[in-house]
Amino acid sequence: MTDVLLPLSIAVPIVAATLPVALGRWDADVGWPVAAVTTLGLVGSAAAVALEVYTGGPFDHELGGFAPPIGIELVADELSAAVFLLVALVSAATLVLSRAIGPRGNAFHSAYLLLTGGLVGVSLTGDLFNLFVFLEIVGLTTYALIAADRSGASAYASLKYLVVGTVGASLYLVGVGYVFLATGTLNMADVSVQIVERASYTDPLVQAGFAFIAAGFALKIALFPVHTWQPDAYQRAPDAVTTLVAALVSTASAYALIRVTYSVFTVEFLAANDAITTGLLLVAGVSILAGSGLAVIQSDLKRMFAYSSVAQFGMVVAAVGIADETALLGGIVHLIGHGLLKFGLFCGLALLAAGYGARRVEDLASLARDAPFASGALAVLGLALVGVPPSIGFLGKWYIALGAVRSAGATGGVVGVGIAAVILASTLFTLAYVARVIERLYFAGVDRGDAERGSAAGHAGTPSGGPDGDAGTAVADGGGDAGPETIPTAPLAVLVAAALVAVGLGFAGAGFETLLDPYLTEVFA
Amino acid sequence: MTAASTAIAAQSALDVLGTRHAYVVFALLLCIGLYMMIANPNLVKKVIGLNLFQTAIFLLFIASAYVDGGAIPIVPSGGGTGPYVSPLPHVLVLTAIVVGVSLTAVALALCIRIYDEYGTLRVDTLRELLREEGSLPARPDLPGSEPGSDGGDGDD
Repeated sequence: MTDVLLPLSIAVPIVAATLPVALGRWDADVGWPVAAVTTLGLVGSAAAVALEVYTGGPFDHELGGFAPPIGIELVADELSAAVFLLVALVSAATLVLSRAIGPRGNAFHSAYLLLTGGLVGVSLTGDLFNLFVFLEIVGLTTYALIAADRSGASAYASLKYLVVGTVGASLYLVGVGYVFLATGTLNMADVSVQIVERASYTDPLVQAGFAFIAAGFALKIALFPVHTWQPDAYQRAPDAVTTLVAALVSTASAYALIRVTYSVFTVEFLAANDAITTGLLLVAGVSILAGSGLAVIQSDLKRMFAYSSVAQFGMVVAAVGIADETALLGGIVHLIGHGLLKFGLFCGLALLAAGYGARRVEDLASLARDAPFASGALAVLGLALVGVPPSIGFLGKWYIALGAVRSAGATGGVVGVGIAAVILASTLFTLAYVARVIERLYFAGVDRGDAERGSAAGHAGTPSGGPDGDAGTAVADGGGDAGPETIPTAPLAVLVAAALVAVGLGFAGAGFETLLDPYLTEVFA
Repeated sequence: MTAASTAIAAQSALDVLGTRHAYVVFALLLCIGLYMMIANPNLVKKVIGLNLFQTAIFLLFIASAYVDGGAIPIVPSGGGTGPYVSPLPHVLVLTAIVVGVSLTAVALALCIRIYDEYGTLRVDTLRELLREEGSLPARPDLPGSEPGSDGGDGDD
């Protein structure tokens, strides 16, 4: 009976997405209630699915009653249930934020619902081509949302993302085409069987297929050499959109990479193709270092944490490439944890920007006096991102590094040790930029009034003028339009809750191991 | 011996061109589309390159579905006699075309917005305008540029 929830969780948001636009003719404010009711339903559905999966084991739903491999199936297992739950909770929390700081129009809520439906689709589908369609639904709505503030700069950032993102999805489709040619099927579970029966793990067609798929996902996830769309897109998007996109969109692509690598190509494929594994680890390692390094030298807050995402997703991809049970557990925990942390961080930045016009590191000077809760939550989330225990950020990194070292011990290779060293170096870099933020928040030692005048003068003196092109947010005249100097209560409560959850989950290492164990055992059987 | 093997290689290369020309065209179109996206400074032409890139993939699927002498895959009642061409890739391509059309629509809408705002569709001019407005970090080689400019925006 619970299996009907799977198609409903995808279809209801997508159908509901038509309502705000359709009813908008009569009621300009209908968007938020529709989105809120739908998303609350989604949270309930995600909770029910997760409960069923973690107590009764994985289950699936055959769409239209056509049995796979002919028909499309939706699968809820330990991994997809976790991602589904993250998608539902973060979407619901973002709605609280967007209610307070905008964007508010009906068109925004339609796109928001489409995005949510697409993300749920990515996390639940069990069919390679269906995954492509959902990835494109996610992509399309993300491009629209990033340009939602109607400025020229955001349109340019969005178009850049559109071109790169579409190339990524198209490369994925080429890879799926190759795999389809080799196996004659598109159902994930069936492909993993047919690769052995009709082809082999060293078949050039299968290898090329995986290479195309991995390259496509690298573009979508924003790994180092092809990450350039991401900082612009995150920085230019409206704050609430950045929160949603940073927490979920790349996460969904990274989830899809884990899913396709381990459920379709399987760990034997990785073992049989050393060159591919080495390539994955190389890209991941460079991403971790470059992303952290670039984050340190940013002065725009959103850009800083955008580059940090490049590094964190590098770790998740490294966990995929290491092909070790502990490392993959770490990869999944870090995937979920990073989504949660980035939601909290961008939510905190959005609130400080809305309340005090703080967009750059220097604007944060001594804000902790005026906004103690938001600053405190931001500091906690930042330290969790560094990986200070107990926090979800520590757990993910710990398991990945542990898995890397263990696999190095098992095979005698230097690659695993290298990845562990890179993770440690990245942790230091992360500390460097998070410490800058915390230092400005708490120890700038300036009176707020002086600080604002000082930062305004600093802006006028910068030749590049700073990236505060978005109208109405620049700290231009001594704090006159720097915002209402307060922070709305409802999103603040969400932010504090996110910080508490990030710390609380740090104690749940054993819980993650138990919950994900059936999936890991199946994958590494 | 070497001459013979060269002849065989040339023969098989010709064979590939003769019998697998659709796949060769697929690879060519893919590369042309990618090149247009990278090299052409005009945003609309970048979108056209994107369309070319996607069309190449449609061709891959359609070519893979073709069976020599195959009939249209409509089986009459009572069952017909094969062979039929594979209908599945056709359906996939239909879906992919729909996705491609929506993407093109969004891309062109963004191009219109950019043109309204800046009056140009050329990337180089656009970058200059964005720098002047402060939306892009100053060029790294200019004096007084901030060290934070990442300079990594060269591959779109």
